[in-house]
Amino acid sequence: MVDTTPADAIPPAEVAEMELYHPHSWWTKYVFSQDAKVIAIQYSATATAIGMVALVLSWMMRLQLGFPGTFDFITPEAYYQFITMHGMIMVIYLLTALFLGGFGNYLIPLMVGARDMVFPYVNMLSYWIYLLAVLVLVSSFFAPGGPTGAGWTLYPPQAIMTGTPGGQDWGIMLMLVSLILFIIGFTMGGLNYVVTVLQARTRGMTLMRLPLTVWGIFTATVMALLAFPALFVACVMMLFDRALGTSFFMPAIVEMGEQLQHGGGSPILFQHLFWFFGHPEVYIVALPAFGIVSDLISTHARKNIFGYRMMVWAIVGIGALSFVVWAHHMYVSGMHPYFGFFFATTTLVIAVPTAIKVYNWVLTLWRGDIHLTIPMLFALAFIVTFVNGGLTGLFLGNVVVDVPLSDTMFVVAHFHMVMGVAPILVIFGAIYHWYPKVTGRMLNEAMGQFHFWVTFLGAYLIFFPMHYIGLMGVPRRYNELTDMTVMTESAHNLNAFISIMAFLVGFAQVVFLFNLIWSIRHGREAGGNPWRATTLEWQTPETPPAHGNFGKELPIVYRWAYDYSVPGAKEDFIPQNVPGSFGSSREPA
Amino acid sequence: MSVILVFLLVIAGFAGWWLSHQRLMAKPWLEQGVIGDTIGLEGSTLPTAKIGLGVFLAVVGCLFALFTSAYFMRMALSDWQALPLPRVLWFNTSVLVLSSIALQCASVAARRGQIDTVRLGLATAGLTALAFLIGQLVAWRDLTADGYLLTANPANSFFYLITGMHGLHILGGLVGLSRTAAGAWNGARPARLRLSVELCAMYWHFLLFVWLAIFALLAGWAASFIEICRQLLT
Repeated sequence: MVDTTPADAIPPAEVAEMELYHPHSWWTKYVFSQDAKVIAIQYSATATAIGMVALVLSWMMRLQLGFPGTFDFITPEAYYQFITMHGMIMVIYLLTALFLGGFGNYLIPLMVGARDMVFPYVNMLSYWIYLLAVLVLVSSFFAPGGPTGAGWTLYPPQAIMTGTPGGQDWGIMLMLVSLILFIIGFTMGGLNYVVTVLQARTRGMTLMRLPLTVWGIFTATVMALLAFPALFVACVMMLFDRALGTSFFMPAIVEMGEQLQHGGGSPILFQHLFWFFGHPEVYIVALPAFGIVSDLISTHARKNIFGYRMMVWAIVGIGALSFVVWAHHMYVSGMHPYFGFFFATTTLVIAVPTAIKVYNWVLTLWRGDIHLTIPMLFALAFIVTFVNGGLTGLFLGNVVVDVPLSDTMFVVAHFHMVMGVAPILVIFGAIYHWYPKVTGRMLNEAMGQFHFWVTFLGAYLIFFPMHYIGLMGVPRRYNELTDMTVMTESAHNLNAFISIMAFLVGFAQVVFLFNLIWSIRHGREAGGNPWRATTLEWQTPETPPAHGNFGKELPIVYRWAYDYSVPGAKEDFIPQNVPGSFGSSREPA
Repeated sequence: MSVILVFLLVIAGFAGWWLSHQRLMAKPWLEQGVIGDTIGLEGSTLPTAKIGLGVFLAVVGCLFALFTSAYFMRMALSDWQALPLPRVLWFNTSVLVLSSIALQCASVAARRGQIDTVRLGLATAGLTALAFLIGQLVAWRDLTADGYLLTANPANSFFYLITGMHGLHILGGLVGLSRTAAGAWNGARPARLRLSVELCAMYWHFLLFVWLAIFALLAGWAASFIEICRQLLT
């Protein structure tokens, strides 16, 4: 037991006070607010709203796939537009924005013991630019020709050609502009998250005492700052190709009997740039989820996280590795066999740190005092789902297996499990977990149970059959599957079944949204620390935390974030800002 | 993509060096009490704004490294025809160097509290940076006049794209510089002024470095350099 400093000897005011901007009017307090907590809520609300649009779009797709030929308004063009917008919104405008802009903004300052982000003004700008990006995206639904239907990967040359919806209309332009805006806005926010973790940690909060949530969000943000520029470059260059007629990506093409003015460009160049962003993006979404789920499990199993150091190293390791695997998305684009070998190897190597994390979660649960609260249910569901989705990733990481499966529903099922359902489950768990801190009230338990079970079981009923029909050879990206030999009777039935399940799961989300709104007024009073958790955000003097987070004096951190069930301690948790040792018997094994 | 990977390797090296000073081998479950007394464990002693700018410059560097990567990949295709660089670029380069030197002087003067020199330095830097931008526009005009249009060849497209992107960053820098200058004339607190002058200088030096790299790239020296490296390796 190392007790490095006598607890009483440290004057609390040693931490430099931040100059806070104090709002003077309703507008600066609730709308143009520089308070990270308000910005977080703005980010989350916007992301949820646009996420609902994406949810409805997925219903439209499922209507078409499950009951082909029944709905006249879903033309092939409309179907591709639904696919594209659904993918893009979910991956970037919902998941990235919610994890980093939403949870990052709310949790980083509170968890590291800071009064606010270090550059509050830039942080506010970040949200407003994000909102502008979302509005530009939404406006493409109303533009002539509708939104782009190029698929969320926006591969040229088809993305900017006549046959693709929005290709020669406004759709693709608005999409690219919106992405560029998003990246600019995100960079502003990202700088804040990184520098706040670096510079604004309170006294005693060393890096190795940070909750894993902060580690996850921090690493993901660093990755995003380095990966988003690739998307930025790709978008700018494609915008040049489309609007000014350059040939960065556009090869010589004859379209409708006419030679286009482009020539000599390389679509593969776009793919490299896109996936150089695109693969880290998977982990930009996954790492915050990893971090948050670690904290949920530890708190609700009343047990310290198993292998904290390994967890940190694994997060950093995954972050670094994810930059050298991008070409596994391009096996079918044609590449030198040695490249394929290299990228398959790096892809499979990522399984090692990831597996370490899964083992550590399971070992944290082992003989823990598991409380099956709703956040815990979601956390457990995440582990299962992530393992399932990860295993099919091992299939697809191998070139020879990927090539035949690449264009089938198997891939759709894989990435929905691993980067759709799994992170969303964590988001739900995190919302149930932190909602009491944000609003001061608990979410309704009964509605929560309903939401969890329908979502969890429903997601499996959607995506398990999808693996199966993928293996049967049912292709993805096709809007009409009626007359194909692979579409047997059973495949059709499965498709209809999947669609019905998708509507059901979607409906459960409406219940969840209702719960979110209903509980603000009618939820049970939560008190400051309903889960009896150790991290600093639960130790604020007020709930919800006031402007400046911690009242007069910033907390001092005396211990790591996982002192649960310490032998000899009075309660089964010791908050990070409580001094003294409790005669713990936890000696190195 | 090798350029961006090399760039990321440098970033990773830096991050690794920094992480290695953060007691990553610590066993936090065995330690209680305040252990942040060791320098560096509670954040750097550098001003937060400088760290912020440093992170931002890493992102900007990443952006230009990616443009460079794209440049090399596109260059390998058969339709590439290098364009002759306008002479005015040499003039622009020297003006940008001057701009950087002026800001360095301003930053030294700010440390010594010589407000007049600071103002002189800021004004010189601002004017020379403007001259650089005008010079870049002249370069564009010359190229257009000679028939090297944006869409005629990917080499031209890249020239306009990359110089334009760099110019936009200079333009953004000028916004910051004008705010600093406003502070210098309206009597900002010396400590604050010093910090913002230093930030400007940092940004300017970085953009000068980026410009030199771009210049080498567009002139074709970078390609020859990489060719030499490749031959040495094989």
